Amino acid sequence: MSSLWVLVSFLVALILSSVPLPDMAIIFRPEWLVLVLIYWCMAIPSRIGIFTGWLLGLVMDVMYGSLLGQNAMVLAIIAYLVNIFHLRIRVFPIWQQSFVVFLLAMVYLTLTAWVRGVAGEFPITWAYWIPALTSALVWPFIYIVLRDLRRQ
Amino acid sequence: MRELLRRLGGATPATVRVIVLIALSVSMMLVDYRTQQLERLRNILQTLVYPIMFVSIIPREIIQELTGSMERSEDLQTNNESLRQENLLLRSRLKKLHSLEADNRRLKRLLGQSDQIAERVLLAELVEVSLEPYTQRISLNKGSRDDVYVGQPVINGDGVIGQVVHTSQFQSTVTLLTDPSSAVPVMVMRNGLRGVLFGTGVRNRLAMPYLTADADIRIGDLLITSGMGGRFPPGYPVATVTDVKQKPSDEFLTINTLPVTQLDHGREVLLIWPGVTRTQKDKPLQKLTDE
Repeated sequence: MSSLWVLVSFLVALILSSVPLPDMAIIFRPEWLVLVLIYWCMAIPSRIGIFTGWLLGLVMDVMYGSLLGQNAMVLAIIAYLVNIFHLRIRVFPIWQQSFVVFLLAMVYLTLTAWVRGVAGEFPITWAYWIPALTSALVWPFIYIVLRDLRRQ
Repeated sequence: MRELLRRLGGATPATVRVIVLIALSVSMMLVDYRTQQLERLRNILQTLVYPIMFVSIIPREIIQELTGSMERSEDLQTNNESLRQENLLLRSRLKKLHSLEADNRRLKRLLGQSDQIAERVLLAELVEVSLEPYTQRISLNKGSRDDVYVGQPVINGDGVIGQVVHTSQFQSTVTLLTDPSSAVPVMVMRNGLRGVLFGTGVRNRLAMPYLTADADIRIGDLLITSGMGGRFPPGYPVATVTDVKQKPSDEFLTINTLPVTQLDHGREVLLIWPGVTRTQKDKPLQKLTDE
């Protein structure tokens, strides 16, 4: 039952990250897929890990039309980081988890910016970093929703 | 030694796995960046994820449907009226164009040139899927099923918009002129001076480097595709020159131009097949142009 929810939550995250939004709202869009990936890597590290992250990243690359491997690499790294620290993150209070999520989202954005900079297409602005903040803010909701789903 | 191997294998499988996957990703990115070899893989994968993209469009479609039906009927009437007038005007011009086209064709035949005026075209609609933020790309609802190919020129009523970079069965991705990876061979319509227009990554600005100080180019000049490189057919408007500067330290002019089309407006665009004449496949448009 749990694996069904894992699949559904990843699908929803993928849909949410490609739903068309007005330009103003796009700046604030949390990195849904990163959030959901962090949760499952932390909750069931034996089943969801680096390879899952890599595959999801590949799907994202295809959907976004970015370089094949860009998101795949970055999400594999995120999954790896969570995998190392999952025992510690699990026992953190939720606000502290939010902070960890903020750091991970920053890692995600930094690596992405780096790859895109190397590929030569990147005018970076301060607004680029906002999703790290909004991701940290929505983390408690993601955490509670996914935890309840898992315990069903 | 054996101890070391055992430790490497047993204690750090995650590290090994992540390193292998990073290496794989980096090589994929390099291949994807340098060559077209992964296009087939991307095509297949994109077709597979099409349902996800399809679902993500639904909310926007519903909202549009609702706001659309709320449009007042008076508005619709005035709109309709003005459209009808415009249509009449355009149709009369088209008639004239048609005779000119026939003239041109005849003259070209006299000169022994091949007839390439009537390109095959296909109307495509923008799919409102938001691609990666901060890129200058759009997606269209036509894909390789409709013979869309990588490198294909995309235009609208005013001029060139960009070119296709990826295709899948049902969709394709287009880089706009303003994307930093975009380059279009152009010439000044006034005197035929040739150059290349590059995207700058900034909305509504294209750069035209490598023109020397003695080049005859002025503010307000219209730049049209030159047909060099064989990708864009000649004669489509691309941009107008907004700014010509010469820095004393620089051998070349700094030229800024403005695209003739509003790249972020409108829902419909045209895909063109240069060198392919119209066929039975594009009935609606053929009817339009033959009337």
